[in-house]
Amino acid sequence: MKNLIDLEKKINSELGTKINSSKILHNQIYLEIDKEDLIDVTLFIKTDKDTKFRQLIDITVVDYPEKSERFKIVYLFLSHEFNQRMILSYNISENEVISSLTSIFPSANWMEREVFDMYGVNFKDHPDLRRILTDYGFEGHPLRKDFPLTGHTEVRYNEDQKKVISEPVKLEQNYRNFDYESPWEGTKYIKDQTNINDKKN
Amino acid sequence: MTKKIKNLNLNFGPQHPAAHGVLRLILELDGEVVEKADPHIGLLHRGTEKLIENKTYMQAVPYFDRLDYVAPMNQEHAFALAIEKILNIDVPIRAQFIRVMFCEIGRILSHILNVTTQALDVGALTPSLWGFEERETLMTFYERASGSRLHANYFRAGGVHQDLPAGLENDIAKFCETFPKIINDLENLLTDNRIFKQRNVDIGLVTKEDALDYSFSGVMIRGSGIPWDLRKSQPYDCYDKLEFKIPVGKNGDCYDRYLCRIEEMKESVSIIKQCLANMEKGPIKTFDGKISPPSKKEIKQSMEALIHHFKLFTEGYRVPKDEIYTAVEAPKGEFGVYLISDGSSKPYKCKIRAPGFSHLQSMDYLIKGHMLADVPAVLGSLDIVFGEVDR
Repeated sequence: MKNLIDLEKKINSELGTKINSSKILHNQIYLEIDKEDLIDVTLFIKTDKDTKFRQLIDITVVDYPEKSERFKIVYLFLSHEFNQRMILSYNISENEVISSLTSIFPSANWMEREVFDMYGVNFKDHPDLRRILTDYGFEGHPLRKDFPLTGHTEVRYNEDQKKVISEPVKLEQNYRNFDYESPWEGTKYIKDQTNINDKKN
Repeated sequence: MTKKIKNLNLNFGPQHPAAHGVLRLILELDGEVVEKADPHIGLLHRGTEKLIENKTYMQAVPYFDRLDYVAPMNQEHAFALAIEKILNIDVPIRAQFIRVMFCEIGRILSHILNVTTQALDVGALTPSLWGFEERETLMTFYERASGSRLHANYFRAGGVHQDLPAGLENDIAKFCETFPKIINDLENLLTDNRIFKQRNVDIGLVTKEDALDYSFSGVMIRGSGIPWDLRKSQPYDCYDKLEFKIPVGKNGDCYDRYLCRIEEMKESVSIIKQCLANMEKGPIKTFDGKISPPSKKEIKQSMEALIHHFKLFTEGYRVPKDEIYTAVEAPKGEFGVYLISDGSSKPYKCKIRAPGFSHLQSMDYLIKGHMLADVPAVLGSLDIVFGEVDR
């Protein structure tokens, strides 16, 4: 399809019930689907002659810890033929297992490994779901919003044991996250502290 | 009598001069033939995306220098463009030319490094000595514009940090006159060189279909004969005002990719020349005080400018709630930023799409059935820099 409006119409008419919502913004098309329909929708947009999204650019996750469906899984596609980009997304809750795209796009392999590593989202039918970016034996999923910026452990060389050991992080000074939005009233953690103190009194 | 033969497992790296950084490549060898390659990455993982979530938009820029550290400004460009699109601000024309010019300098920097080290990997020493001299000159240009040879931190949403110092334009113009000769010298050494050709022709073949399936971009996809360049197909900044050609390969082997890089350097020189010719005096960043800091002079005279300055360097500018993916044609391929803003002054999520990540992933497919000696050649032509692969 030459332009995005036609493309949006085409996708909505062909896939109908599978598309929960669609919009065009910043010259890209955004689609929201259900997690069950992932394979169907991807196969369609990859193979149909009017869409031809032949390339999977990236897979990522956005974490919203306060929502019940915590993770938003995002797929970025590119169509060289029609020079268009698509952003496909759906929401899942924390322990759901989702389908892997490796059978359709071989490049999904590492991208899904990265998602698994960084967010702890599990893929079924993935040929080789190992951690990829973090250290051997790492625990936790660093890009989750509830993972602290400094991490939990740090490594150093121990002269006595003659090896590299990992131990809990000890900081001389905590990471200070200033609340610049109200510099006159003090930072958020001070406000929280005062509130707690007020309640006690 | 039968003897059982076991395949040999070989650790290529993490400390290996031809691994181009900290790659641990576990090779399964049958004699000298590679059966399987399993790259272990992440040894340079610094959690860039997590750090960016905890920094204001302006504080996040230096992290982009540290991704692909041989072409820093190209990546800042992607981030700056993403913010500009969300905020919907126009960049002054001079700033656009400056940015494009430095992106092309970055492309030359990256391609020189790649072409010459690839030659080094297959046995030629001289190209790297000649090439690095030119890189030094280019990095001086970086230094004169931004104050830093490598980690420039120069691009801003809405323009660039400061104007070019006096005389820099002339010196870059002079460089454009002398540099084509250096490219010729390199070509004389390599292009028809028997050893170089034996090591690269028909090695690491990529078909068109596979280039698409494995999410290749940049030279990796053009080397296989797909004419795709974001500077042409989805022009950003002033690329649509410039004339340049996109070199495309034919066979998709290491040698074609080398030829593409050489031609791209020549095109980059021509783009730099055009930028210099079209650059007129004028503002180099947007005047919007809510986004770009005021000049020192204004701060001394205007209360409003002082407040703007204070707010910009404490809270930072706020970016309205939005979701966007922006990509630029970095020297190594499509470098993209997927940005989610939530209305505060820090990005809620910033996913960095590094071209090297998907290129390195195909290592197993590219090297299967090749000899062990081809591993450095293929790795070299993938153009891997671990800053961006590991992030």
